[in-house]
Amino acid sequence: MTIGGEVDLQALVARVAGWARAGEQVEAYAARGRETDVVVYEGAIESLSSATSQGLGLRVIVGDRQGFAYAGSLDEDVVAETMAEARDNAAFGTPDEHLGLAVPDGVVPAPLDLWREELAGFPDAAKVDLALDLERRVLGGDTRIRSVQSASYGDTASESAVATSTGISASTRRTGCYLAAVALAADGDETQVGVGYSVGRQPADLDTDEAVRDAVERSTRMLGARKPASARLAVVFDKRVTTTLLGILAGTLSGDAVLKGRSLFASRLGERVGAGVITLADDPTDARAYGAARYDSEGLACRRNVLIRDGVLQGFVYNTYAGRRAGAASTASAVRGGFRSTPGIGCRALALEPGDRDEAAIVARVGNGLLVRSISGVHSGVNSVSGDFSVGAEGLMIRDGATAEPVREITIASTIQRMLGDVVAVGNDVEWLPGSAAGVTLAVGEMSMSGA
Amino acid sequence: MVDPHLVQRVLDAALRTGGDFAEVFAEDRRSSAARLDDGRVEQLSSGRDRGAGIRVVVGDTTGFAHTADLTEAGLLQAAAAAGAAARDGGGGTRRVALARGGSGESRRFGVLPESVAKHRKVELLLRADDAGRSAGSAVTQMTVAYADARRQILVANSDGLLVDDDVVRTSFRVSAVASGDTGMQQGYENVARTAGFELFDDVEVEEVARTAADRALAKLAARPAPTGEMPVVIKAGRGAVLFHEACGHGLEADAIEKRASVFAGQVGERVASTAVTLVDDGTMAREWGASAIDDEGAPAARNVLVQDGVLTDYMWDFLRSRRAGRASSGNGRRQSYQHLPMVRMTNTYLLPGEEDPDEIVRQTPYGVYVAQINGGQVNTVTGDFVFGMSEAFLIEDGEVTVALRGANLIGNGPEVLRRIDAVGSDFAMASGGGTCGKNGQGVPVGMGQPTLRVTAMTIGGTAA
Repeated sequence: MTIGGEVDLQALVARVAGWARAGEQVEAYAARGRETDVVVYEGAIESLSSATSQGLGLRVIVGDRQGFAYAGSLDEDVVAETMAEARDNAAFGTPDEHLGLAVPDGVVPAPLDLWREELAGFPDAAKVDLALDLERRVLGGDTRIRSVQSASYGDTASESAVATSTGISASTRRTGCYLAAVALAADGDETQVGVGYSVGRQPADLDTDEAVRDAVERSTRMLGARKPASARLAVVFDKRVTTTLLGILAGTLSGDAVLKGRSLFASRLGERVGAGVITLADDPTDARAYGAARYDSEGLACRRNVLIRDGVLQGFVYNTYAGRRAGAASTASAVRGGFRSTPGIGCRALALEPGDRDEAAIVARVGNGLLVRSISGVHSGVNSVSGDFSVGAEGLMIRDGATAEPVREITIASTIQRMLGDVVAVGNDVEWLPGSAAGVTLAVGEMSMSGA
Repeated sequence: MVDPHLVQRVLDAALRTGGDFAEVFAEDRRSSAARLDDGRVEQLSSGRDRGAGIRVVVGDTTGFAHTADLTEAGLLQAAAAAGAAARDGGGGTRRVALARGGSGESRRFGVLPESVAKHRKVELLLRADDAGRSAGSAVTQMTVAYADARRQILVANSDGLLVDDDVVRTSFRVSAVASGDTGMQQGYENVARTAGFELFDDVEVEEVARTAADRALAKLAARPAPTGEMPVVIKAGRGAVLFHEACGHGLEADAIEKRASVFAGQVGERVASTAVTLVDDGTMAREWGASAIDDEGAPAARNVLVQDGVLTDYMWDFLRSRRAGRASSGNGRRQSYQHLPMVRMTNTYLLPGEEDPDEIVRQTPYGVYVAQINGGQVNTVTGDFVFGMSEAFLIEDGEVTVALRGANLIGNGPEVLRRIDAVGSDFAMASGGGTCGKNGQGVPVGMGQPTLRVTAMTIGGTAA
């Protein structure tokens, strides 16, 4: 099955890449996606959206200058206009000898199958039923659940293709779906919110029980939360939060940030940057990873890149441009936010090497401290250039080796450098959550908690 | 963009399955951007997105589909898909009669970006880069980004509405890195307006760049921010995101309707100190969140949300206002034709008070002076919100003293609103506007406020 639409993406990008004139390099990237989103509320459908969208982005490099243009259409006349626009734009860049498109490097893509035919045949009525069932079960999960702000099911089927005049030709397709509930728990005048979800590549992968349990437990557990006094204490991050933290760390390990003097690890290659328990790799060839991929956004086969081993910085991630400029090869880490942007650099499937304890055992070992279950203000409070780290947090106090009363309206702060050096435990509870990194329990020896 | 007769046929088709409301939102968006980093103009890029979103409402259920195919066949297919969700309606045929409404006032922009030679946009980047690097030898990196977008929209619905608008937005953003013995620090300055290239008649890009660079340089000597609760004075124009997060999102009718806001059921009640009068105003010419109509075709309006501390009204879109039996307040917005509209802010600001802004600082024995904020986030259910201070100083004995490193502040919306004990007579809008994210959609919003003081907020620093 394909997503629909008459245009064969692979054929289209190959043809457009063939438009390169002498002295020009041309990259054509095209993508198409179909998605459905169902939101239910109080036993009825609140909204049901379905749509197919497609488009292409074209890069032209000529005379060591680069231009880019995109269009949300694959119509023949639009493609030609977009090409002319990209060519015209190339006249205005600063010449840079390192500009260049990817060339095939012989690495064979992992045999990943990220497409599930089941999703295509899954009827809208069944999607609605999944969301309704989720809402019903969250409501029935605890007498303190007052309502479910939204219960939703969503899925996407997407395909993309990239071809260049330098010999790249790659295409990929994937499916994905999710269930999510936002539960409101109430006790007197107080209301708390908790989100539960489950993700998969096909509806059969979805675990409604897990989504219900998380939504109910996370909302009710926060009832009665107070603002504690400020303190310096040990902090344990739950899986979800660690996924976010690793995503931040990835930004500091981008080859682009290093080359442009914007990474706090720029001159630290081969040095100890973290505690010995930290071994961090980005491996999009791991089929379990949410961000698993056969090819990067420039059409090179994804591969495993070890970034930190036993606390020692091993390397950075590069796309083709940054690799050429650094005198290194691309690590096949080009990512793009769809056809509307040029390839940047990023990780898809970061994971810490697991330790030997689960969350409860780590909490027991920490003894006294704070278990952080959600953070806020990441984009306003974490600076990957300076390393300053300050975020809003909610969670549970840890007392005598067990979780205790809920706390809210606090911040936790440190620097990325200090936190890495002070990691005292990595959990054994790896779970691939949505995002670019695996969730796992993580404990940091000491941070500043600011409260009353 | 789309022929009115065709729009009428599409609306008829959308209602064929029995919906009681149908809407066509067509959009044609052209954008261009230029970016300089590391001393190089990396590239110029341009884009075009065109399509339509079709919505059918039956009872409390909305069906939605969008298409990039603006031919009759493409639009009718989307109408059928949107109508499918409404198939439980009564069925039957309704004819829609469209009445041509006004064209958007937003058309009154100055210089269309597409009429400006590309090299002039690139020159702005180079001028800013030079100026920023000249601000000090410790300035080690500059990123400069120019962007413009022209968005033409048409909205038609089964109530007979047919209106259009044509909005141009232009932004210029600078980030500087300074390096010293204490490591690296970043400084920012942004300018964003609902305007064309004439923006640069008023805005000197050199000054924007120097401001960003000076901020990065000042932070090299910055101390870690304190921890705990203390008074916070926020400079005019720079802290407006405080109201956006502390109560703005909590006053959006979709959160109210589901009782997912601490402000539900509070109209007519005192929710803030008497010094607080808060307005959301989509009509503010040239501001980042301005337009003639919202994305449901309702005229943009000036809405008073809080008057002298008393909650006067929430913000409304089509669906929620219809259910409440009142008019929309012009706050139905969407990121693009690919998104369903929902309640969103436009330009949200606090009206000035009577106090001398310098005196507010002088009467603060100890606290934090926030000179620039770089975003925030709120949990509307509990009212807890954070915002980040990207330029801040300590206040000691009534004077602004040493620079502080970046950190988030956290507070609870209803509590912070009651703790505002001084509002200055000055006023400014945030020069860089902001992109407000909600349920995965980003829309441009403006914010403004006078200098003000909150008697206690929690500072998320590391110093004891």
